[in-house]
Amino acid sequence: MTTQQTAPRIVPPKREYIQFTVNGIIYDVEVDLRRTLLEVLREQLGLTGTKKGCNDGNCGACTVLVNGKPMNSCLILAVEAHGKEITTIEGMAQDGKLHPLQEAVVNFNALQCGYCTPGILLTAKAFLEENPHPTEHDVRRAIAGNLCRCTGYQRFVNAILAVSQGKTKPDEE
Amino acid sequence: MGMMRRLPRFDYLAPTTLQEACAMLQQHQGQAKLLAGGTDLLVNMKRRDETPQYVIGLKQVSGLDYVRDGDTLHIGPLAVLHQLELSPAVRQKWPILVEACDHFGSTQIRNLATVAGNLCSASPSADMATPLIVLGARLKLKSASGERQVAADQFFVAPFKTVMREDEILADIEVPALSERAAAVYERHSLREAMDHALVGVSVMVQLGRGTTCQDAHIALGACAPTPRRAPKAEAALRGKQLTAEVIAEAAKTASTDADPRTDPEYKRQIVEVLTRRALNRALTEVQGK
Repeated sequence: MTTQQTAPRIVPPKREYIQFTVNGIIYDVEVDLRRTLLEVLREQLGLTGTKKGCNDGNCGACTVLVNGKPMNSCLILAVEAHGKEITTIEGMAQDGKLHPLQEAVVNFNALQCGYCTPGILLTAKAFLEENPHPTEHDVRRAIAGNLCRCTGYQRFVNAILAVSQGKTKPDEE
Repeated sequence: MGMMRRLPRFDYLAPTTLQEACAMLQQHQGQAKLLAGGTDLLVNMKRRDETPQYVIGLKQVSGLDYVRDGDTLHIGPLAVLHQLELSPAVRQKWPILVEACDHFGSTQIRNLATVAGNLCSASPSADMATPLIVLGARLKLKSASGERQVAADQFFVAPFKTVMREDEILADIEVPALSERAAAVYERHSLREAMDHALVGVSVMVQLGRGTTCQDAHIALGACAPTPRRAPKAEAALRGKQLTAEVIAEAAKTASTDADPRTDPEYKRQIVEVLTRRALNRALTEVQGK
């Protein structure tokens, strides 16, 4: 008689229910404890406007607003987003109307591949709310945590400065 | 720098009081890590540099994110760097802390990273360390068996290692007020203006007696020894002296011998000298302008 071999015990990953608000909608989600807010937004909620870049807090592509403040969603455990209000790029336009920063980014051609754009827009939105009359240096410092791989910084700076002056288009040449 | 993977498995514990957190730390000693801002721990876990069995998230403990000013400043375990930048009291009475935030990570990181976490991670280049050292900050360490206070300049023992036991929590940072005739400033050198570690950071606190006589001086060096540390020889070169350009230059030179850099020693010593001189001059000007 051969002794029956037992398979190694498979322990399912721990899960927990969280409730949070994303772009004004309340979500009840069961999340794997290991998942970051970024992973839950993209993979469970389907909000793929938030990008995964470096996954260690350097590139800023995953920036979302948590209770109005820009943060790297790759560095937040989804369970710790319980009870929070999250704004992603999908929530930036209101009633089908683009946010002035979005309009300016379009009009200034401030993007090439678009990967950094959601993160920069959300960072800039929170920044202008805290600092409505920035200098160029203030703007550069504010978006220092958002890497653009197409070297489009100057146009972003121009677009953000224009919005701070109530404009969404470049001055006519 | 290992590859960034998804987080490994762990059990997430969410205490609702500090006492409960202390009890959990004691119960799972050596197997548990405290999670505050997460900007260090989660990255280390994604790299598998750290794989704690338990992660104790402090976010459910209410009232830990305070920045409270009075005669002294109190910084809570969950207070993030951006709170220091926003506090009018800190801007006015402890501006060196705002200077230290100025080049720290990004907007996003300053909204996540805690002051306490920056100290506990104990990087030799930690931007929060040297300013708190020259300000004479006291750190309250709490455990299930009691609490103790440690001076900030006694806190660091080796790269990424502090005097904290595995069952302790950094429960409060207390920063005394600067005296009337004192100023503290932070100077920092890095290759990029933003998103870069300090190659060298120098904090100084100068307290004047009569005229320009130096009554007391604290100098702390970052990123040029295994830990952030005081520069005792340079401090001694200032005490009781008239702060002339020569005395400042000499003390700055001495500070470079207090440094013990493990990489690029000649380069770093030179930067220490330059930054110390700059910081001393700036602090002197600030006190005189008070």
